[in-house]
Amino acid sequence: MKHRPILDVSHLPSYGYGPASPIWWGTLGFIVLESTGFLLAAGTYLYLAAVNPDWPLATPPPGLLWSTLILAVLLASLWPNRMAKQDAEQEDLGRTRRNLLVMSAVGLVLIGIRFLEFTTLNVRWDQNAYGSILWAILGLHTLHIITDVGDTLVLTALMFTRHGHGKRFSDVSDNAFYWDFVVASWVPLYVLIQGGPRLWPGG
Amino acid sequence: MADAEVRRRLAATWGTGAGLWDRLTTVDHKIVGRRYILTAFLFLGLAGLSAVAMRLQLARPESRLIGPDLYNQLFTMHGTTMMFLFAVPVMEAFGVYLVPLMLGTRNIAFPRLNAFSYWVYLFGGLMIWFAFMLNVGADAGWFAYVPLAGPEYSPGKRVDFWAQMITFTEVSAQAVAVEIIVTTLKQRAPGMSLDRIPLFVWSMLVTSVMICLAMPAVMLASTFLIMDRLIGTQFFNPAEGGQPLLWQHLFWFFGHPEVYIIFLPATGMVSQIVVAFSRRPAFGYLALVLALVSVGFLSFGLWVHHMFATGLPQLGASFFTASSMLIGIPNGLQIFCWIATLWTGRPVFATPLLFVLGFFFIFVAGGLSGLMLASVPLDFQLHDSYFVVAHFHYVLIGGAVFPLLGAIYYWFPKITGRMMSERAGRWHFALAFLGFNLAFFPMHVLGLQGMPRRVYTYLPETGWGSLNLLVSFGALLFALSFVVLAANAVAAVRRGALAGPNPWGVGTLEWATGSPPPAYNFERIPVVTHREPLWAERESLPVVVGLAVDDREVVATSPVEAKASLREMSPEPSIWPLLSAIATTIAFIGSIFTPWAVVWGGAIVAVALIGWFWPKGSREDER
Repeated sequence: MKHRPILDVSHLPSYGYGPASPIWWGTLGFIVLESTGFLLAAGTYLYLAAVNPDWPLATPPPGLLWSTLILAVLLASLWPNRMAKQDAEQEDLGRTRRNLLVMSAVGLVLIGIRFLEFTTLNVRWDQNAYGSILWAILGLHTLHIITDVGDTLVLTALMFTRHGHGKRFSDVSDNAFYWDFVVASWVPLYVLIQGGPRLWPGG
Repeated sequence: MADAEVRRRLAATWGTGAGLWDRLTTVDHKIVGRRYILTAFLFLGLAGLSAVAMRLQLARPESRLIGPDLYNQLFTMHGTTMMFLFAVPVMEAFGVYLVPLMLGTRNIAFPRLNAFSYWVYLFGGLMIWFAFMLNVGADAGWFAYVPLAGPEYSPGKRVDFWAQMITFTEVSAQAVAVEIIVTTLKQRAPGMSLDRIPLFVWSMLVTSVMICLAMPAVMLASTFLIMDRLIGTQFFNPAEGGQPLLWQHLFWFFGHPEVYIIFLPATGMVSQIVVAFSRRPAFGYLALVLALVSVGFLSFGLWVHHMFATGLPQLGASFFTASSMLIGIPNGLQIFCWIATLWTGRPVFATPLLFVLGFFFIFVAGGLSGLMLASVPLDFQLHDSYFVVAHFHYVLIGGAVFPLLGAIYYWFPKITGRMMSERAGRWHFALAFLGFNLAFFPMHVLGLQGMPRRVYTYLPETGWGSLNLLVSFGALLFALSFVVLAANAVAAVRRGALAGPNPWGVGTLEWATGSPPPAYNFERIPVVTHREPLWAERESLPVVVGLAVDDREVVATSPVEAKASLREMSPEPSIWPLLSAIATTIAFIGSIFTPWAVVWGGAIVAVALIGWFWPKGSREDER
């Protein structure tokens, strides 16, 4: 079949930010997948709580200190994360490098606090169903923190090499978008695992 | 630049060499899609052989051909393979191959992830079949209900292999789902607004969204199961506050949408075939799209109808009865639209359309028995009987396999460049239709007579011998029909008539390029002005200019109107997807034996992913 040129795309940019970028949509797709996983894990928690007369199954609620500190640090990280996104979208290499270093440090600190949080759950994963789902929810969220921090560390290293230009800024922006999800997912999970044992009837 | 020069340079940019390294590193969606399809059919063959073995055992009462242990493995491997290694992967595989072509783009979104998905699927499938050959085959049913599948009643590694394979295949399916969603939303040819998307692509889009929402449930369930078995968690142990029914809820929250995850792509295939062979646009395009979306939505409200016999509250049972019956409405709507398209068109009864007609008959019958099972009192009577086996084979084979077989005859010329024999195709259809109905219709009667499912033998006094013999004969006939298909395909690849770009005279974009399509899919990216572009633009095809020929550029477009917005780079071939899949496999298999494999396995997966992510100083990165 013959061709009839009617649209010239030579002037279009080779990368974009946010919904203009296919990678952003891919990230959104994985956020949907993982949100479903979190929702189902939370549903499992509530289901087990509903079928057991006592909750949390003859164990004290988890310690508040580290869990709440994680919440505070995660919420505080939204600001440098926002800066990382904005500066990357303005393609300011110096500020992007600085923001990525900050976010890497925040991430590593969070991983450290999360491991401390595991020591204050007051229940082992194999003790009863309450312990199992508590460890599972926390493990699931920890996996998200670790993977995003890993991604941030690699991106940080990348931005200090000759590859730190062009489309990499878009990658930094998408990484920040994913971190927002990691933070947002912790808020309801925190309410569930801390509030559940304290507020649940029979708890 | 002359057309020949454009084609030469595009081929150099996008082509995959013939060497082993090129084959292992390729990210061409067509090569990956073909591999997916062939691998899925390999697993179909294995699952089919296990079915034949079961039917030989059940052909007469008190047969000693197969013992109960092997029989348990066979029916588990049959169901597991059919559902996880054939039905979903083959539908996604057709999506991987066809969606970019139907959308007028040069590759799928995230092609390296696509390559990774295939390797993960292959290794996961091989893992469970190797386990079977080593007599560690899964034996707790494809549904792996606890406590039967738990540590107490299934010691050893059989269920562990099953659970890890589930997680594997779901990783693969979810990655492909995201690729298809992003390809559809961001890489459509300019001008292909939402109301111009081909119906098969719509079906793959809805299916992919369903996969994102349903499959995490089974991944979570299989992870909980393997944790109960390996590190002593108590999710399903009632003695420690766990709940066996939790397994069923999680499993069927995935399992019922799974039926529609298999069925919806098949309806997309039916739509394309009906339009092509009616030689007119689809009657009720909007209604068909809305039906796809509403089936996808409603399918999430049905899972509890698999659990009517578990003692649910009355209100819950009534709700799920209603929702189970409600889904008949959009399904019926689709069938009426297809019939109207045929009625108002000039139908050509070629082999693909014959399979669609067979689908109408079988699927409607399966839908009717589904409505019967949606009724709680009847479900109590027929639960776990052969009636249920008959019903879901009518739905799954009638609803998915028959359209799939039609799709093979329809798209085979595009994929291979050769036509299949029409005569052999008609024989195939006749044998398949007859064999299928002989194999599965009597099962309704056996179920009504009280024959339970999953039994490896039965007593002569039950009176089930004659019908079982008939069922087994039908199963052999049905299996024979696949031999005819395989022979037809092999003969067609070797000496079939050349197909040319558009042998059926169809209007969608995959037929605007060569058969088989070149590595770059389209010499010029089309601009879409109509739902059936090749029927609307008979003289010349409007196209895009300004796209590089020496770089792997694709046009990214806006999600609704498909306005061109970027010239995105599509990733180059890489060995890292394969290495990442190998690392993931090592980690997963290792974790069957020691929980520490999660730690050291995670480390090698991380190294592989960094290798994947890190730019290699290629032109892609220099731009």
